[in-house]
Amino acid sequence: MNAPRPELIIEAGRAEQQYWRDLWHFRELFYILAWRDIVVRYKQTVIGVAWAVIRPFLTIVVFTLVFNRVAKLEAPGDIPYALFVSAAIIPWQFFAAAFSEASGSLLSNSGLISKVYFPRLIIPAGSVITSLVDFALTLAMLAVLMLWYGFAPDWRILLLPLFILQAFAAALGAGLFLCALNVKYRDFRYVVPFIVQFGLYVSPVGFGSERVPQYLRWLYDLNPMVGVIEGFRWACLKGASPLEARTLGSSLTVTIALCAFGIWYFRKTEKTFADVI
Amino acid sequence: MSDAIITVENLGKCYRLQHQQERQRYVALRDVITSKVKGLFGNRQPAIDNRQSEEDFWALKDVSFEIKQGAVVGIIGRNGAGKSTLLKILSRITEPTKGRITLRGRVASLLEVGTGFHPELTGRENIFLNGAILGMSRAEVRSKFDEIVAFAEVEKFLDTPVKRYSSGMYVRLAFGVAAHLEPEILIVDEVLAVGDAEFQRKCLGKMHDISKGGRTVLFVSHNMAAMKSLTTQGIVLNNGCVVFSGSSETAIEYYTQLSMRPESRQPLKSWGRGTHTAIRAVRLLDASDRPTALYQPGRHLKLEIVFETDGTSGLSFEIFLLDAANVKVGLASLHQFHGRTLPTRPGAYTCCFNLNPLWLASGAYSMNVMTSVVNSSLDHYVESACEFEVVLSNPNGHSWDFKQSYGYGPLALLNDGDISFTPFSPSLTGANAN
Repeated sequence: MNAPRPELIIEAGRAEQQYWRDLWHFRELFYILAWRDIVVRYKQTVIGVAWAVIRPFLTIVVFTLVFNRVAKLEAPGDIPYALFVSAAIIPWQFFAAAFSEASGSLLSNSGLISKVYFPRLIIPAGSVITSLVDFALTLAMLAVLMLWYGFAPDWRILLLPLFILQAFAAALGAGLFLCALNVKYRDFRYVVPFIVQFGLYVSPVGFGSERVPQYLRWLYDLNPMVGVIEGFRWACLKGASPLEARTLGSSLTVTIALCAFGIWYFRKTEKTFADVI
Repeated sequence: MSDAIITVENLGKCYRLQHQQERQRYVALRDVITSKVKGLFGNRQPAIDNRQSEEDFWALKDVSFEIKQGAVVGIIGRNGAGKSTLLKILSRITEPTKGRITLRGRVASLLEVGTGFHPELTGRENIFLNGAILGMSRAEVRSKFDEIVAFAEVEKFLDTPVKRYSSGMYVRLAFGVAAHLEPEILIVDEVLAVGDAEFQRKCLGKMHDISKGGRTVLFVSHNMAAMKSLTTQGIVLNNGCVVFSGSSETAIEYYTQLSMRPESRQPLKSWGRGTHTAIRAVRLLDASDRPTALYQPGRHLKLEIVFETDGTSGLSFEIFLLDAANVKVGLASLHQFHGRTLPTRPGAYTCCFNLNPLWLASGAYSMNVMTSVVNSSLDHYVESACEFEVVLSNPNGHSWDFKQSYGYGPLALLNDGDISFTPFSPSLTGANAN
């Protein structure tokens, strides 16, 4: 009499087959959870969303003072050092925020996970997307800084979205892996801040990649954020900071592998989340 | 094709238990690394730790049933019988270990009211958030928005963050959203156990409407009155197995029988003794004189007391009835109320007390029993000599379950005979005139 009713079969191991369809089906929940995180983020703060800009701005000021004025590091070419640092801090802070938020996201939504069904991927992916909002604001800040220094980027800026995509994939891959581990082994709560702190030193934030000794270069290039940051500098700063194909290739490969591995591991452990969280 | 909307076949769910008290709920990484390393080198044992402290526990075993479209089915069972696990599998929160379920329709589950409410968001925002979590589209929520708000009675506070709501408002809003879901299959767990009596009645009314609307509802509750009035079919679970499936009336009766199992009561306990007497056993009996742990309010309360006496004269016994909070709410006395004393020939005796019918509220009760030397001292005092439960208290067959936990006391005060109303006329109140 009615339109054919959707038939759903629940079996051990069955969830695999309907997963991607479900993900599409639950897209509205995805929007609304992301919207919730954005709305809630700066509730009950006085200056609100200004925090998204103030934090990276202060970091840029400190980096410029410490590395440029005190340690006498210089940016290549005639680029102001503040811009050189901003083009690195902005993607790095996006990665750090997205990665930490995603890693803790399942635990902070444990009530939801143990009471309602939806593809769990929505939650960490939502946190990464939420971090994009802050990221957009800091990009606007970068534009203002460029105006201040009277610096105009060239055609290379058009390729910036590709590097943003890479940063997104890296944060998602690492975040998915860590949040799945976090559900079962709470040890990783303590590992995440450490990775973020450590990552800042092994990524070219305060310095340029050319300062890395050649014999360590292959190891250094494995860091996905090296490609992202160098790419940002290349795209924003008229190519003044050279982007080596080797660096880009190796960090891009690692990013793709990380992302694929993150999704695979997350999917593998996902069905037990409700039982162990 | 059959017209079953839910088909469950040989469903099983296994949990791995770890018998270590101090163990936290999550696994420490160190243990896994140790066992993985062992697995690499040693005799290829499975990577998961295989110590003796682990044990498989089947929360559900071989569960099979069918539910037809439009049926309202109650799932009954004691705590730990597997009800919640079943609902969790049906709502896809967790996967079964074996077996399969076929669902022919959209499922929405309501395992807890207010799931996903965010305290910082306003009532309005939370309606949309919660709606999405329960599976409603934004358009659906928008079309039901006014109804939800009216049901929850929170019009004035729509733009206040819910963290400033009273707990009553919070629950009303949460149930309001949930009650306006319109899936083909609705799964409901214990949501009626919240709120005041007035609100519970409202929820029950709403549940009635839902079940009349031709939707299939699966319902878990310990509220037998709600169960009786809402459901048409019942499934009784015990230790993870379906032990009964049929009409809800029979299912409730079956469950009641199941809870009466006398094996949980030890026949004779060692309670020590007094100077002259020793109380050996106190049992509650059902209508056919079998020991039971359930009392049906409105029936005679039959107690069997086994005691020994040394034959001293002037001994009596007293029974105190205590509610769940251990407050004494009643006294029975052999001597003070009935002028009798214990037999004066030494030996062991059984005494049967048949107390007048009481309308006790549903909940747990216990009895303290003591023997005493009349007007002088107590002899043997046994606390919680007998414990029993009232599962359902609905005087005159009303659908409302009068519970101890409401705080209205443990006794229903009922009118005898018809209740009549006569017009009030001041001139006839002669009593005041003199």
